[in-house]
Amino acid sequence: MQAVNAARHLRAVDNLLPTQSNFLSQMITVQDLTRKYAHTTAVDHISFSVAKGQIVGFLGPNGAGKTTTMRMLTCFLPPTSGTAAVAGFDVLEQSLEVRKHIGYLPETPPLYPEMETAEYLRFVGRLKGLKGVELDKRVDYVCGRCAVADVKKKLLGKLSKGYRQRVGLAQAILHNPDVLILDEPTAGLDPKQINETRDLIKDLAGEHTIILSTHILPEVEQTCEHVIIINKGRVVATDSVANLQGRARDRETVVLEVAGRGAPLDPARVQQRLQRVAGVAQVRIKNQRNASAVFEAESRRGEMVRGDLARAVIESGWDLNELRPEAMSLEEIFLQLTGSDSAAAAAGKQPSEEAASAPQAAKESGAAAKEPQR
Amino acid sequence: MRNIWIICRKELKSYFSSPIAYLLLTMFALIFGFFFWNAVGFFVVEGAEMQMTGQMGTMNINDQIIRPLLDNASVLGLFFIPMITMRLFAEEKRTGTIELLATSPVRDIEIILGKWFAALALYACLLLCSALNFAFLFRYGNPDWKPLAIGYLGLLLQAGGLLALGTFISTLTRNQIIAGAATFGLCLMLWVFAWVSGYDSATWATVLAYLSVVTHFNFFGEGVIHSKDAVFYLTVIFLGLFFTARSMESLRWRS
Repeated sequence: MQAVNAARHLRAVDNLLPTQSNFLSQMITVQDLTRKYAHTTAVDHISFSVAKGQIVGFLGPNGAGKTTTMRMLTCFLPPTSGTAAVAGFDVLEQSLEVRKHIGYLPETPPLYPEMETAEYLRFVGRLKGLKGVELDKRVDYVCGRCAVADVKKKLLGKLSKGYRQRVGLAQAILHNPDVLILDEPTAGLDPKQINETRDLIKDLAGEHTIILSTHILPEVEQTCEHVIIINKGRVVATDSVANLQGRARDRETVVLEVAGRGAPLDPARVQQRLQRVAGVAQVRIKNQRNASAVFEAESRRGEMVRGDLARAVIESGWDLNELRPEAMSLEEIFLQLTGSDSAAAAAGKQPSEEAASAPQAAKESGAAAKEPQR
Repeated sequence: MRNIWIICRKELKSYFSSPIAYLLLTMFALIFGFFFWNAVGFFVVEGAEMQMTGQMGTMNINDQIIRPLLDNASVLGLFFIPMITMRLFAEEKRTGTIELLATSPVRDIEIILGKWFAALALYACLLLCSALNFAFLFRYGNPDWKPLAIGYLGLLLQAGGLLALGTFISTLTRNQIIAGAATFGLCLMLWVFAWVSGYDSATWATVLAYLSVVTHFNFFGEGVIHSKDAVFYLTVIFLGLFFTARSMESLRWRS
């Protein structure tokens, strides 16, 4: 709200100051934003802000209100109540200005199947106000940037999913907007394309403020600095990725690889020894080979046990090949914050399998969250 | 202005880069050519008969060929207009490209006008096919060009109104078939309303007949511009575009 007021105030003294977007450090300010449909409230009084140059992950199960929020930020949907400002402009009252500052990639890239790639990009460029030499230059630039130069003359309807997504990204960055809003940019891509798209997005982060929505957690861990987690239309957490991980980590999980010195190792003995270290709640054998084994030790709440574990291994005459703390994955945090109890418990019970089971659980809890709305 | 032109150009391109435009042009040219062939054939036979029987009558190309053909074109247009407008918004809604347009720094009204102008331009291309036929009359006869020009103006105004209504209907659905069928129904209704004046002169019948787009074409066909008719067409155009704008706005609130 402050930013909006500031922007309004600024307009009066427009000529004296640098452009608003340079002046304001908060690129996006959302205050009590609410959107109601006939019978449901898709977005319920959410507030957050995004600083200039940040790359923010908008995380939530399907049906949490991610797309609705993004549509309000891009002026596609007007909010039922509350305010949102992008680059200092209000989405309701200065909608055209906001749209000039935003590049938007909807969930399905908005492509005209009967157009050729270059023709399409030129059309979008004109729509965003580019013309002449500048238009040509920008089209060439984004084609190179998004790796679609080799399909310039192809019909959009005939492009593969990966190319379609990249053309969608290309049209979003075409007019060099301050803010990029990407709705599930990696949905439906194969793993290689997902990596390429993530790299591209990370690459773009320097020049643009980016909000990207996703329900895929590793994506946020890999690409974003900040996360906004929403569920059922409300913000459940907003923090940096590192802080969120730290916040949820009030106990330690340590992974150790222990080897016998020249002799075969008896994993059960090691397990027993580690179990006796003060503060350790539980030790599991994750993996065992001939001469070495990998253990996972979980500490009691509030205990830090890494040093003691290392000492115990060395003093018992074994080799310590590896010792690392395992950061709690965003998946667990996400489930704690949004998920149903059963899903969180399932993920907590078998941490060794969490990587495999948690996304499944996340999907289920997402589906569960969506069901009542139907 | 620039934005209207950008949208209009894109729409024209997609008409002409798909078979739609060519199909419509071909069909219109064939059907209108058939009408023309009939009208001229009838005119020639009638003229020959008059000579043989020694009747003294006046033969007039304007009255006997051009005017009925313009009336035909006005009705023929009712069948083509739904096919021109049905995709305008329905397809954008279905493929999601409407999100691109609605989040670009372009006003809704500019999008609507751009699409409407493109539809009108395609319809003008159809009329051009009919003009080719008339060109033969000027080559071999000596008709008056002014009533013809006014007739074309009337056709464009009439189509403008119906195209605006069709554009409006296209914003209501994401299914082209529904948009097309509804527009076609509306066009037909606005045509047959004129028939009630044939047997009833009560107020409701007069009002209904007045609403018919075809009644208002009669004078244009004769080469006379009645301000009443021109105002009627302009009102329909305005209303159609106005409804479209409101519908697009409610699209944002509802979707």
